Amino acid sequence: MGQKKNTHAGSKVFIIVLSIFCILLIGVSIVNSDALSPLRQAGGVLVTPIEKGISSFGSWAGRLGNSFTDTDSLRSENEDLKSQVEALQAENSQLVLDKEELNRLQKLMDLKEEYSDYETTGARVISKGSGNWFSEFTIDKGSSDGIKVNCNVISGSGLVGIVTKVGPNWATVRSIIDDDSNVSAMVSTTSDTCIIAGNLELIDTGVLSLVQLTDTENKVHVGDKVVTSDISEKYLPGILIGYISELNNNPNNLSKSGQLTPVVDFRHIQEVLVILKTKDYVASPDDSSSNVVDDVTGAASAGTSSGTSSDSTGTSADTSSAAVPSGGDGSAGSSRDTASAGTAGSGTGGGGQ
Amino acid sequence: MIRKLSMAALIFVTVIAQCSLFQVFEIASIKPNLLIILTVSFALMRGRKSGLLTGFFGGLLMDILFPGTIGFNAMVYMWIGYIFGYSYRIFYDDDIKTPLLLISLADLLYGIVYYFFMFALRGRIHFFYYLGRIIIPEILYTIIMTFITYHLLFKINRKLDKTDKRSIDSLV
Repeated sequence: MGQKKNTHAGSKVFIIVLSIFCILLIGVSIVNSDALSPLRQAGGVLVTPIEKGISSFGSWAGRLGNSFTDTDSLRSENEDLKSQVEALQAENSQLVLDKEELNRLQKLMDLKEEYSDYETTGARVISKGSGNWFSEFTIDKGSSDGIKVNCNVISGSGLVGIVTKVGPNWATVRSIIDDDSNVSAMVSTTSDTCIIAGNLELIDTGVLSLVQLTDTENKVHVGDKVVTSDISEKYLPGILIGYISELNNNPNNLSKSGQLTPVVDFRHIQEVLVILKTKDYVASPDDSSSNVVDDVTGAASAGTSSGTSSDSTGTSADTSSAAVPSGGDGSAGSSRDTASAGTAGSGTGGGGQ
Repeated sequence: MIRKLSMAALIFVTVIAQCSLFQVFEIASIKPNLLIILTVSFALMRGRKSGLLTGFFGGLLMDILFPGTIGFNAMVYMWIGYIFGYSYRIFYDDDIKTPLLLISLADLLYGIVYYFFMFALRGRIHFFYYLGRIIIPEILYTIIMTFITYHLLFKINRKLDKTDKRSIDSLV
């Protein structure tokens, strides 16, 4: 009908009007992403139940496929595990004794236990982001379960990521392998700080890049354990991230960079634990939440701020203030973020207040 | 009306499938780009306006449901729908080869645009790595999915055409 006749002129009007609308939306979400959060909330509430259903169907289908694996291997695995359990039980009883002693001594020394008893809640991964470029995922619990923005997310053995957005029954998590993620970390043996940066180019090798390690005494070795650092603004201290797998001197000989093998298997994350305690620092909670939102949605804006320079060292205010220029692969320099702010945290701690 | 409702349902299902269902069917952590298939298919079968509206609403839904800059995907998918809507006058839509070619071109375009705005501007300059690791595999997987889904979309469109006509006839 009339629709057909209008198509020619109509589509031009449509494309112009909608383009302006999109530009406005992009502008708003870069400048003040909180303004659009009701939209996200509504969308999330609507879609989460559906995603939950699909994901449980998916894991059911996955189990169905796995049930065809031969029982022999399961049997032998069971034997192995049994013997392992025995060994571990023996070890455990020894450790319990040690723990008691540790508690006693800690009381004597007036030290507080910091890491061991964070309250956590389990959650299931229900969807991964829409594209293939970033490593963010959605979990099926949200603010009604006590999850807040900036909650740390762990999985069994180590750090998975950080909560970036929260709805009533869902939350999005940016994993540490995300191209936009930087975590302030330290080597557990020497307490030397470094930054663990996610990098899409390394994603297939299963490692993360480790940059800006200050190790003037050459005491850090390949194989050393890396944990979240005390001075990070958003990550609780002492959560295991992984082990150093490669270490090189930077050309400036002041810092080192290398690679780190994470302990978490990021390809097969299905359930995660969310630590309900967030790291409190002096800034008001409002402050910190808006910071994070900026960090996440600012992918595009971060780009414009850091420019297109190929050598990205020191292009962002955060990192350049943190330490010597890295010169290495430059991945830390290019993105401003949580953790680079963390390293700067001790020096410029007032920044967030 | 029926057409609008069914398009809305189709867009919704596509976006949800791309985000949730296909995390199960990922190959080498690559998902196919289903929304490109939907957008370009309707651009080819119905023209520019249909293409741009499908792209806009699909992209917007994707932006709302997932972290990122709201409006970015809406913009990109909308322009892809608009540009590929020109093929409506040039090509026939009943031969699978045409949509295959157009969809892979569109996915390539999408990948390059996405790379440029989300990665190149942050100083990630190894374009060919991303081309080989993300963009090309995504195109291949999307082509496979086109084989499977285009026929279905084609039939849905035919059916909607028929109901459109019927409702016009009944009005007259």
